[in-house]
Amino acid sequence: MSERPDVWAARCLRGTMSEITPERVAHLASLARIALTDAEIEQLTGELGTIIDSVAKVQEVATPDVPATSHPIPLTGGLRADEPGVTLTTEEALAGAPDHDGSRFRVTAILGEEQ
Amino acid sequence: MSAAAGSSIDLTRTSAADLAAHLAAGEVSSVEVTRAHLDRIAAVDGDVHAFLHINAAALETAAQVDADRADGATLPPLAGVPIAIKDVLCTLDMPSTSGSRILEGWVPPYDATVVARLRAARMIPLGKTNMDEFAMGSSTEHSAYGPTKNPWDLTRIPGGSGGGSAAAVAAFEAPVALGSDTGGSIRQPAAVTGSVGVKPTYGGVSRYGAIALASSLDQVGPVSRSVLDAALVHDVIGGHDPRDATSIPDAWPSMAAAARAGQTGDALRGVRVGVVKQLEGEGFQAGVKSVYHETLELMAAAGAEIVEVSAPHFEYAVAAYYLILPAEASSNLAKFDSVRFGLRSEVPGGTVEDVMGATREAGFGPEVKRRIILGTYALSAGYYDAYYGSAQKVRTLIQRDFAACFEQADILVSPSAPTTAFRFGEKLADPLAMYLNDVTTIPANLAGVPGMGLPMGLAPEDGLPVGLQIMAPARQDARLYTAGAAIEQLLEAQWGGPLWAQAPELRTA
Repeated sequence: MSERPDVWAARCLRGTMSEITPERVAHLASLARIALTDAEIEQLTGELGTIIDSVAKVQEVATPDVPATSHPIPLTGGLRADEPGVTLTTEEALAGAPDHDGSRFRVTAILGEEQ
Repeated sequence: MSAAAGSSIDLTRTSAADLAAHLAAGEVSSVEVTRAHLDRIAAVDGDVHAFLHINAAALETAAQVDADRADGATLPPLAGVPIAIKDVLCTLDMPSTSGSRILEGWVPPYDATVVARLRAARMIPLGKTNMDEFAMGSSTEHSAYGPTKNPWDLTRIPGGSGGGSAAAVAAFEAPVALGSDTGGSIRQPAAVTGSVGVKPTYGGVSRYGAIALASSLDQVGPVSRSVLDAALVHDVIGGHDPRDATSIPDAWPSMAAAARAGQTGDALRGVRVGVVKQLEGEGFQAGVKSVYHETLELMAAAGAEIVEVSAPHFEYAVAAYYLILPAEASSNLAKFDSVRFGLRSEVPGGTVEDVMGATREAGFGPEVKRRIILGTYALSAGYYDAYYGSAQKVRTLIQRDFAACFEQADILVSPSAPTTAFRFGEKLADPLAMYLNDVTTIPANLAGVPGMGLPMGLAPEDGLPVGLQIMAPARQDARLYTAGAAIEQLLEAQWGGPLWAQAPELRTA
């Protein structure tokens, strides 16, 4: 599905190129492991385009001389001594699992037939 | 009306501080206090829907506190006082869903540190409160279990994400509650329900066992009907936790002592109050602005020095937030993989990856999917610098704005939210309109500074509560409590009592 030229031009004029297409949303959904329906992909394509055009505003002031902040209150030396502490038992760790064999989480095949 | 047998006081309208005093004096038992609140929940929560789960062991826990007190044991100050817990916090004995279908019925194998501290303080967990799914929202309309109603007007939102905790205290279902605040989820619900809520300094309260939304923003804090009650709960939950690598190791002063220092009648004299120019004006409801300016005048009359301060980069805060939050959320929510806990959708013959995709499709609501996809985009190769990288630079600029403001002022103020409670459905179809609710509260999260929301009046046009936000420099949470208690005292003297006394009576079942 290609974008309408007038919509594309309007977006370029606003100085942003978010390039949110249904194909891109479908790819992002596969990376995020969410099996979105076609209807959801269509709706998200419109919504994400609008949101990204709006949040792209950050680029106006994010000049190269400004350092990035990843963490509001920087702390150093957060590692504790390497001593055994209280840990979950196997039973506790498995208690909320959808499926297990008593000692391990049980899942379906890791690889598909073509792999 | 829930009153203890033989007592003239309504226990559900008594503060945690007063309940603690009555309990310590033996005038009332924890079983009576707890039963009064459970009765109130039974009477009104069918309409309010603040709770997702009620603690079946609440009365038994209360009886144990009473027995220990009868035996002459020395008990902590809030022993026997009930508390509601936001469902984002892990509890060993109750489901912890974070408002999501994907965690429906999940009972964690451990307690959050703040929950363990409540239990150690011998408080009585009443139950788990409703919230927007994974704390994404400003109205509880994104809860997988249906919205909570605002006790002031059941046709309106209670705020979010912590609308359940705010509504629980506002509807007298609990004296105090715990919330979490990533972009305003404690302060905005407090504003629209006429209650008090505090987002502590980032790292001031442990997040161990808080189901993570955005790890560089999330903070757990108290919800109450008075500043002193919030302080008492803050003292119970705050302080260093070796299980949270972001937990600040410093010692903290007593927040309750700070709140009491604010009640002496002269605590605002000489305090420089910075009015943030960017946090009012366009987009703010007229009644919010008028109540705000009356409150500033009241503070000035009490000796506060009102100074206008400018934070020019705050206008970029919402944009930065809606890049940083989805980016971190998309990573944090990757753990819901259908393997270790929560929901698993069956896919006949499907690989684990197929099952994962189907589970996340079925288990996540629309707002969660929207933010995960947005975050995945913001972190993708080729876009990372333009979006996530730029947002992190804005964060630096906002921190610099705060630093400049705090050179001119001891505390900063603004309305807690731009409007009073809006109606259900009003902003649901427009994610950007919903995101703009948090314009006042987001800067504090981006910078890590503490913020408090407290009621400052009713908007003349709709009669609904309006909240005042107070912010202080990082680690100076005590300043919020002193100033907040002083402002609360001035306002209550004007009103002739707490604002909640003016709330309409709820229909009881």
